[in-house]
Amino acid sequence: MSRSFLGMPAFPRAAAVSTRDPRLRANLAHATHTIRDKRARAVAELDDWAQLRAAGAAVKDRTLRHLDHYLEQLEESVAAAGGHVHWAADADEANRIVTRLVRETGEREVVKVKSMATQEIGLNEALAEAGIRAYETDLAELIVQLGDDLPSHILVPAIHRNRGEIRDIFRREMGKWGRPAPEGLSDSPAELAEAARLHLREKFLTAKVGISGANFMVAETGTLVVVESEGNGRMCLTLPETLISVVGIEKTVPTWQDLEVFLQLLPRSSTAERMNPYTTTWTGTTDGDGPRAFHLVLLDNGRTDTLADTVGRQALRCIRCSACLNVCPVYERAGGHAYGSPYPGPIGAILTPQLRGMAGPLEESLPYASSLCGACYEVCPVAIDIPEVLVHLRERVVEGGPVTRRGARVVLKPAKGHAAERAAMRAAAWTFDHPGVLRGGMRLAARTRRLHPRRLPGPGRAWSDTRALPTVPAESFRDWWRRTRGDAGGSETGGVK
Amino acid sequence: MSGRDVVLARVRRALADVPRGEGPHDPPVPRDYRRVHGSRTAEETVELLAENLADYRAVVHRCAPAGLPALIARLLAARGARTVVVPAGLDPRWLSAAEVAARPDRATDTARDLAAVDSVVTGCALAVAETGTLVLDAGPDQGRRRITLVPDHHICVVRVPDQVVGSVPEALPRLAPERPLTWISGPSATSDIELDRVEGVHGPRTLEVVLMAADGEG
Repeated sequence: MSRSFLGMPAFPRAAAVSTRDPRLRANLAHATHTIRDKRARAVAELDDWAQLRAAGAAVKDRTLRHLDHYLEQLEESVAAAGGHVHWAADADEANRIVTRLVRETGEREVVKVKSMATQEIGLNEALAEAGIRAYETDLAELIVQLGDDLPSHILVPAIHRNRGEIRDIFRREMGKWGRPAPEGLSDSPAELAEAARLHLREKFLTAKVGISGANFMVAETGTLVVVESEGNGRMCLTLPETLISVVGIEKTVPTWQDLEVFLQLLPRSSTAERMNPYTTTWTGTTDGDGPRAFHLVLLDNGRTDTLADTVGRQALRCIRCSACLNVCPVYERAGGHAYGSPYPGPIGAILTPQLRGMAGPLEESLPYASSLCGACYEVCPVAIDIPEVLVHLRERVVEGGPVTRRGARVVLKPAKGHAAERAAMRAAAWTFDHPGVLRGGMRLAARTRRLHPRRLPGPGRAWSDTRALPTVPAESFRDWWRRTRGDAGGSETGGVK
Repeated sequence: MSGRDVVLARVRRALADVPRGEGPHDPPVPRDYRRVHGSRTAEETVELLAENLADYRAVVHRCAPAGLPALIARLLAARGARTVVVPAGLDPRWLSAAEVAARPDRATDTARDLAAVDSVVTGCALAVAETGTLVLDAGPDQGRRRITLVPDHHICVVRVPDQVVGSVPEALPRLAPERPLTWISGPSATSDIELDRVEGVHGPRTLEVVLMAADGEG
């Protein structure tokens, strides 16, 4: 059974370990550089990318601003097409609903399409407790599941593993879950993919229940959309008798036409392809084709809390393409596990603290897991200003303030460990409000510059451990200005304010 | 309160900042992106489709209607296919020259039955040139979604130029959302191992596309 992300250490501690793992660094550098170059070429093929990006952001914003309307419309259209809609306020409720639905079929095994939402709620673990075995069928998710590991990337969850490690996992673990790996399995990707095909085929051909997420849900028509590459998605979505889809409420788009925007933005941003090999759309159930029963579980689990934050809300536009991970210098070095969540990288750094509330040291540390270089904003196909949200969340961490948790307004206390930063900021604000003090302080700093330490004492030490302290010039700008241009008694107190 | 009431109430509270007068169709979505990228003749659009299909490792063939039965027979023979699953509404002439056991697409077949079949021959709803995509809508000449999934070899016939559109925005209005759709761009593939692309994971390993010119052309 897969381990859980819960109880993961704060980002700096986890990253301090992962950045010293040379194999992980090599695997990640290779993967992220390969895909970022490919993506740039795929995007350059469309000369209206900027317009598509603006349209994508606008469609998502419009949906989010009227989410109640579109959810009710979606519910109605899905029901009219023969589907059953369930609502889950949190992970526990979603897991209870899915467990009950599987039990009602009498089955003890389910096949799963790769899904971020079910990772987020820990569905596999919840099903295991109820005696139901969930088989991940995406190749990367299979590698993660067999390796009793955690996913580390949104698109390629086993990106931290190289081919040799994958061969070892297959040889060691496949037999415990079903058909064992073929004799003499090598580490060539083609042979490894073939081993996965053989291992999973018997599951697909006998599965009675499939569980999926969805990339989009169209309110107007009740259509769900899953994009994928391997065909495992098509297997799980079309062969079983019962299909259960667990989908975050933010995946809604208003109209069928809106898909023309996202089916262009998503594949190129994500796998750097003109189009992913397979896209499946379904609307309720169809007589004689595909599952006879379809259940849609609409998941909140912190999304409405995120919606309540007018700055942080834009994180809900995310279409999970993972472009921001592949360009992020911090992700590339720290790896996905350090983020302690199924959502790693820049988007994880703003999504996880908001979905979970600033629930503990990990969530409080994530807004700092960034250099604020802005590369993530540049590549985001729905223009989420990740740096803006990071800074906004940092302010929340340091200053506290009103937030929404499980639907209720609460006042967040300032996080522990940021007292020095808070005090320094207050002192700085006071000093800038008192020019005389600022002037005096700068002179004093200039005159004592030979006595300045190379590292800060006390709470500032952690900061100066990894940074060189700026040297103080012999003369402040104000003094220099007075000496070279100023008329006696100059305007240094009046001019600036 | 039910989960539904809880979630909807939370959504409404969260959106207290949205002005009362703003309706669900506001703010407007700028749709100044292109309907299609570049201007092409119908022939050029078909050429682009062929190019992009091949780029994703689909095998592209061309023929006139009169030549289709012989072409399909040749493609099936080249793979040594003995059984072929056939959608109920497929033109029977298409397989008239092939020496195979044609097996109709039946609701009673299990997935395991289909796994024993060598090939599948279908038509399509349309094809998208810019992305190299075939779209199947489970119409009479395409059959149930699973028949193009479980067998390892798929031959898909596209009527050109009628069934070819330039772009994704041109494709969606021609498709019916209430039908189950399958968009296929090249054969099944994965890049999950060191981002090396490998074709043929769970869907058909081989996708052959026949671009069949309209009568009087090819």
